[in-house]
Amino acid sequence: METISLLKQLTEAVGIAGREAPVRALITQLWQPLVDEIREDKLGSLIAFKRGADTSAPKLMLAAHMDEIGLVVTGIEEGFIRIARVGGTDRRVLPGLEVTVHGREELPGIVASRPPHVLSEEERKSPVPWDKLFVDVGLPAAQVEALVSVGDFISVRRETVELKNRRVAGKAMDDRAGVAAITLALEHLSYMRHSWDVFAVATAQEETGLKGAITTAYGIAPDLAVALDVTFGKHPGVSEPGVWPLGEGPTIGIGPNFHPRLAARLREVAEAHEIPYKLDPLPGASGTDAWAIQVSREGVPTALIGIPLRYMHQPVEMLAAQDVERAGRLLASFIAGLEADFLKKLAWDTPTDESERRQ
Amino acid sequence: MRELIRKLVETYGPSGAEEKIRAAIRAEVTSLADEVRVDPLGSLIVRKQGSGEGKRIAVAAHMDEIGIMVTYVDEKGFARFTRIGGVLPLTCVGARVLFASGVTGVISVENKRDDPGKVPRFEQLYIDVGASSRDDCPVRVGDAAVFIQPFAVQGTRLIAKAMDDRIGCAVLIETLRRLKHTPHDVHFVFSVQEEVGLRGAYTSAYGIEPDMALAVDVTRTGDTPECYPMAVELGKGPAIKVQDTGMISHPVVRELLVQRAEAGHIPYQLEVLEGGSTDAAAMQLTRAGVPAGCISIPCRYVHSPSEMVDERDVENGVRLLLEVLQAN
Amino acid sequence: MMLKELSEATGVSGDEENVRSILLRAIREHVDEVRVDALGNILALKRGTTQNGLRVMLAAHMDEVGLMVVGHDGDGFLRVRTVGGVDPRLLPGAALEVGPDHLPGVIGIKPIHLLKSGEEQQVPSIEDLVVDIGATSKDEATKLAPPGTYITFATRFREGSITVSGKAFDDRAGCAVLVEIVRGERFPFDLHAAFTVQEEVGLRGARVAAYAIAPNCAFVLEGTVADDLPKDKDSSPTTRLGHGPAITLMDNTFIAHRGLVRLLTDTAEALGIPYQFKQPGIGGTDAGAIHTSREGVPSATVAVPCRYIHSPVSLLNLDDFNNTITLMREALARLTSSTLRSDL
Repeated sequence: METISLLKQLTEAVGIAGREAPVRALITQLWQPLVDEIREDKLGSLIAFKRGADTSAPKLMLAAHMDEIGLVVTGIEEGFIRIARVGGTDRRVLPGLEVTVHGREELPGIVASRPPHVLSEEERKSPVPWDKLFVDVGLPAAQVEALVSVGDFISVRRETVELKNRRVAGKAMDDRAGVAAITLALEHLSYMRHSWDVFAVATAQEETGLKGAITTAYGIAPDLAVALDVTFGKHPGVSEPGVWPLGEGPTIGIGPNFHPRLAARLREVAEAHEIPYKLDPLPGASGTDAWAIQVSREGVPTALIGIPLRYMHQPVEMLAAQDVERAGRLLASFIAGLEADFLKKLAWDTPTDESERRQ
Repeated sequence: MRELIRKLVETYGPSGAEEKIRAAIRAEVTSLADEVRVDPLGSLIVRKQGSGEGKRIAVAAHMDEIGIMVTYVDEKGFARFTRIGGVLPLTCVGARVLFASGVTGVISVENKRDDPGKVPRFEQLYIDVGASSRDDCPVRVGDAAVFIQPFAVQGTRLIAKAMDDRIGCAVLIETLRRLKHTPHDVHFVFSVQEEVGLRGAYTSAYGIEPDMALAVDVTRTGDTPECYPMAVELGKGPAIKVQDTGMISHPVVRELLVQRAEAGHIPYQLEVLEGGSTDAAAMQLTRAGVPAGCISIPCRYVHSPSEMVDERDVENGVRLLLEVLQAN
Repeated sequence: MMLKELSEATGVSGDEENVRSILLRAIREHVDEVRVDALGNILALKRGTTQNGLRVMLAAHMDEVGLMVVGHDGDGFLRVRTVGGVDPRLLPGAALEVGPDHLPGVIGIKPIHLLKSGEEQQVPSIEDLVVDIGATSKDEATKLAPPGTYITFATRFREGSITVSGKAFDDRAGCAVLVEIVRGERFPFDLHAAFTVQEEVGLRGARVAAYAIAPNCAFVLEGTVADDLPKDKDSSPTTRLGHGPAITLMDNTFIAHRGLVRLLTDTAEALGIPYQFKQPGIGGTDAGAIHTSREGVPSATVAVPCRYIHSPVSLLNLDDFNNTITLMREALARLTSSTLRSDL
């Protein structure tokens, strides 16, 4: 499928952390023809299984989170809706934002902002605090009370747009971009042979604590894992290091969260296939599903492929479609090239003959 | 239920030293259960085996309460301390604490502070146990104490320290008392160390492997002067949790609770809690995940020595839990 | 001397290779089984003299805090970030070793002569500091120390008569204690020694090691904070040098199992071994990750008091070090399943 329309479909779908049903249905549709089995786990993550050629194949888990950040209704006052965040929603971009309130009906709403004419100098100097933010659905109070309840979710209403140089901006690129990359990889794999069993997982509730990754990793018990998430894109206002230019390829994570030889293999594959990439050195927690998966059960060698993204957690998250395509190709080539006994190459040291060696 | 609640809230049991409260609860439940055991970290697990057609359900309320632990005894016999769980310095000044040995202490604050207008930091507080030197001080490094306040009743309001979460424990015990028939294999978990990180429930759930998990704990309210807005009030029924800082309730579990409340004509409220979580958040993430939810008892002044609940909410909480456990 | 060898080895969280090979060599002949797991933990089994079924885990972490190269600037300086809890105020003036070839590097700041008024008060943040390896261009710096390169303090171990100094006593001291225990006599129970990775970035190795071992109880061996310097106020030193091994009652990651603490204190008192309680509520250890594994694992932490941990050079007392070994050995010899009862 054409990358930009894939991104548009995925990002415009609704899937707030904890309520991923609509986007899960979309991803199921997209992945079903590309995999052998597909199921949902207890917390709502989607797990797709594509059998490898090897009969006793080890298991590779791919993870990209399908949930997006959003808002939740905490109360209704005179017909105006009080809100709290779900995940790391940035209140600085809320006033004036168009949203959808998912109540008994899908209600279009606006995050209310008081006009500058009536605000004091002081008030105009800082972002609006949470307890002064309301969503206005433009209906009489009685109707709002009938249609909306505490606990209903609110999503950003925003059309994804294509800008110059195949750059695309919209809400929820974090991490529908990762889901798109996995989708593209699965498409490539439909005409490539691979030894390993592949579990492609669209995780739930990453934004609220990597929860989908925790439970799916436990359930699958993979031998290896690669997470795909967005990373910080370079633009004025953010300083280096740790930010990446758009259009120059995905990043490969290095640091304690990642097995060095797995990262090295990804680099070799990228170089062999002339896929540009950057090394992203992360000295601690990566803030992605990779952090949770790495310490599941007895430990999982893990890698992270990052897609540079500007304006993270804002409705204008922007990336380069080429980077998503490159991430997809890198992933597919990596999978196709995974030899059945690759795990041997990841062994840290060779204990002596007398001691036990477990795969 | 008042007598049960009084007994539970007045029993000593800070996180990590739950022996006394565990014994008190055990005495109440042993005759009602099919199986009683204590797991490696000390949680008390009380099993009621149902007729077998249903699910395995874990229902947790935590036995531990917040408290303080002595970190140092100075030359003059005054004790410095750190908190066990989410104790607020604001509620400490002038408070009385009780150690396991029966020693009583008074918490006060250094007079000479560079910022007397601000809320004191823990390092500026100390406990006076009436000693005159380090040698005759009746407490040592590591001794834990809880806040003291007697149980009080004011109309339908019940006031005490440790309503969080002895009220949840009371709900579980009362539910167990009234539970005649259930299709489910119910594991009532009186968990340890919730206040320091939901630790007991996390490990207990690993052992139980439930199909569904519920916590019964307190939640805050939005009905006191100049408080942050929150749609939960005392007296309007138990709250069914939508989400809190640590967890988004599984929609199916939440729906089930709502349905059972409506079927039983039980008043309820929907809760979004900012700034707190429960054992359900831990149980949700054990092994390959467990659909989880929470029945909350609205409570004012959480983590103060005078937590206030409404006994109608408590009674309705019991009725709701019974509705859930008795249905298929 | 094992502690010296371990202290001088480089092994920042995620890069524990050098420490791992020293330890594998040190314990190989004294254990029945040894393997290295997916994250790089050493998991070794020393079988018990009886079949009493107890599985006891002893853990010490191999990793130390340090820095990582994250970028390079045009003049050949390295931009870095901390790995684990390094106080940036300790970095100006530090002598460092960069990368697998141990290239010398330094961190310097604006000379005092050139400071404007008020500037001396300011604390440079890690984003402001650079490491100088003598490179003169971005290219050269990138070749010599590519992104992801680890950096440690270049501190030599020094042995005095009462105290020794060196880097990374947190937790090479714990590793050295564990080596001694592993090299000693068998216990009645199966001893699972785990030399863990990545404690400093989140107790990572211990978590998966505990899951794999599924022990009945665990002891964590550490080098811990000793803040026994003169203070204005009569307040806790956290632990004190020369006052024996420090037993944790509660820290930010776990509450110690009372039965195990009692075992330690009863043993110490019976044998006249000095001991102290670490100030409750300070720091965290691998016990935080181990005790919530599976159905729960009663755990305790015993530590050698060390001044200046997480700084370029720490200091410990040799008597404390030796007493920690003795206390652990003797306490383990007295450990039975009734020590672990949780229903008392």
